[in-house]
Amino acid sequence: MSQLMSLEAMIAGHVEDGDTVALEGFTHLIPYAAGHEIIRQGRRNLELVRMTPDILYDQMIGMGIARAMKFSWGGNPGVGSLHRFRDAIENGWPAPLEIEEHTHAAMTCAYDAGAANLPFGLLRGYLGTDLPKVNGNIRWVTCPFTDETLAAVAAIRPDVAIIHAQRADRHGNVMLEGIIGIQREAVLSAKKALVTVEDIVDDFGERSPNAVILPGWALTAISLAPGGAHPSYAHGYYKRSNSFYVSWDEISRDREKFLTWMDQNVMNRNIHGSAEQLSG
Amino acid sequence: MNATAEQTATPAEMMTIAASRELANDDICFVGIGAPSAACNLARLLHAPDITLIYESGTIGTRPDVLPLSIGDGELCETALTTISVPEMFRYWLQGGRITVGFLGAAQIDRYANLNTTVIGDYHQPKVRLPGGGGAPEIAAHCAKTLITMSLNARAFVERLPFITSMGFGEGGDHRRRLGITTAGPKKVITEMCVMEPDEESKELRVTEIYPGIEASNLLRACGWPLKISAALVETPPPTAEELATLRYLQEKTRIAHGQQ
Repeated sequence: MSQLMSLEAMIAGHVEDGDTVALEGFTHLIPYAAGHEIIRQGRRNLELVRMTPDILYDQMIGMGIARAMKFSWGGNPGVGSLHRFRDAIENGWPAPLEIEEHTHAAMTCAYDAGAANLPFGLLRGYLGTDLPKVNGNIRWVTCPFTDETLAAVAAIRPDVAIIHAQRADRHGNVMLEGIIGIQREAVLSAKKALVTVEDIVDDFGERSPNAVILPGWALTAISLAPGGAHPSYAHGYYKRSNSFYVSWDEISRDREKFLTWMDQNVMNRNIHGSAEQLSG
Repeated sequence: MNATAEQTATPAEMMTIAASRELANDDICFVGIGAPSAACNLARLLHAPDITLIYESGTIGTRPDVLPLSIGDGELCETALTTISVPEMFRYWLQGGRITVGFLGAAQIDRYANLNTTVIGDYHQPKVRLPGGGGAPEIAAHCAKTLITMSLNARAFVERLPFITSMGFGEGGDHRRRLGITTAGPKKVITEMCVMEPDEESKELRVTEIYPGIEASNLLRACGWPLKISAALVETPPPTAEELATLRYLQEKTRIAHGQQ
């Protein structure tokens, strides 16, 4: 059964140097508070996994906690580049970053395979593209029924998956609503699954019989972190701060400016700021 | 809304309007961010009110009031018919062959409409690291057809791509079919000056439509390969006052909603 604990204790107890860590959330419910706590605790040599690295991984890469990243789209959505990611790839600052690059479809198959206890995911993909030439974890298999050639991608099995959700109940079950992305697959593919939530309620109350609920016994630990997805969003709680996503372009372009921002907004903060405090 | 719309449309507006005209009311459209999103929502507000717009975040049949900044803005989910998981989106709906048209952009394109969104320069020693493939490689493979919107300039329309992220027609001819891809591929490349379509046999892009006020010599200068112009070249009808006013209203609402100056 999942344990309820402080964010600080949850990260300290479950994320180790060198781990493969997947913080998931497809635009929505990105676990910023948990990622910031990992940065504050000074973890090193992490292999970061995430379909859309987004600003959170830009921050983690820029703070030098990652040695490698597995991903499928590394930009600031609707804005442009992730400058810290680019600086690491193009100039090795603050450290070189090894990458394993996929397409979205393939990443979903790789997570699904991890969750389903299979060695690889299967798709009709990558035909005519150059990605298989630069990624050894993309290979080809022959269908035993039709002799067709299909793409195979190695399963993703992180040491730790971390997601953010709207609510947990007193028994440690977690409910997600809205764009649910790849979170269930990420949680079920990982050895340990950590969840931050907006709210802890006695009971989820009236809901659709098909509500997305992760049973407490499939999770490792839960931590209360209101505003923990900001500047991403939590459907029903607060909106995505699109203006912050736009302003990140300028903050992150310059190394010094980035470090100053991180110092003021992440490193010197014991508790993740609420959406109100950080909205820009 | 006024009669001088034709004179005042910017090249970017003309591109979006030309792209919106390619969409039909019964299309099931997989939408990318930027110009594709503007074109798809413009079509929905004008001639294709029942078009199904799908964003890769899992939102099916979405009807946003303002253009989203990302493919997963809350507005998309709140106005969607239903929201599904991302693996289901790619596996059942895209790979399953349910999408009639995919809309793509890119940093670079070649004469066979192959796209690069990965890297400028060598992959391992890049000059510019771009975001990567995301949903595009499989959108390019599995939608019944694709439309591409891009600004026509020599840095973008290149003789040879450093990296093929998404396949158009590969080496041309029947390359798609030889790889076992059964969909049609790129139908049109819509730029800020003209529209290009693949030749039926060779699949090389050639200009089939030119916008009002643009000279063919401008196109040749702006393209990084010796661009062919169709013998049946036609002039694209200028934007109507309604098209231009609707697009500007949508973009103004969007600008205010995202707090941009």
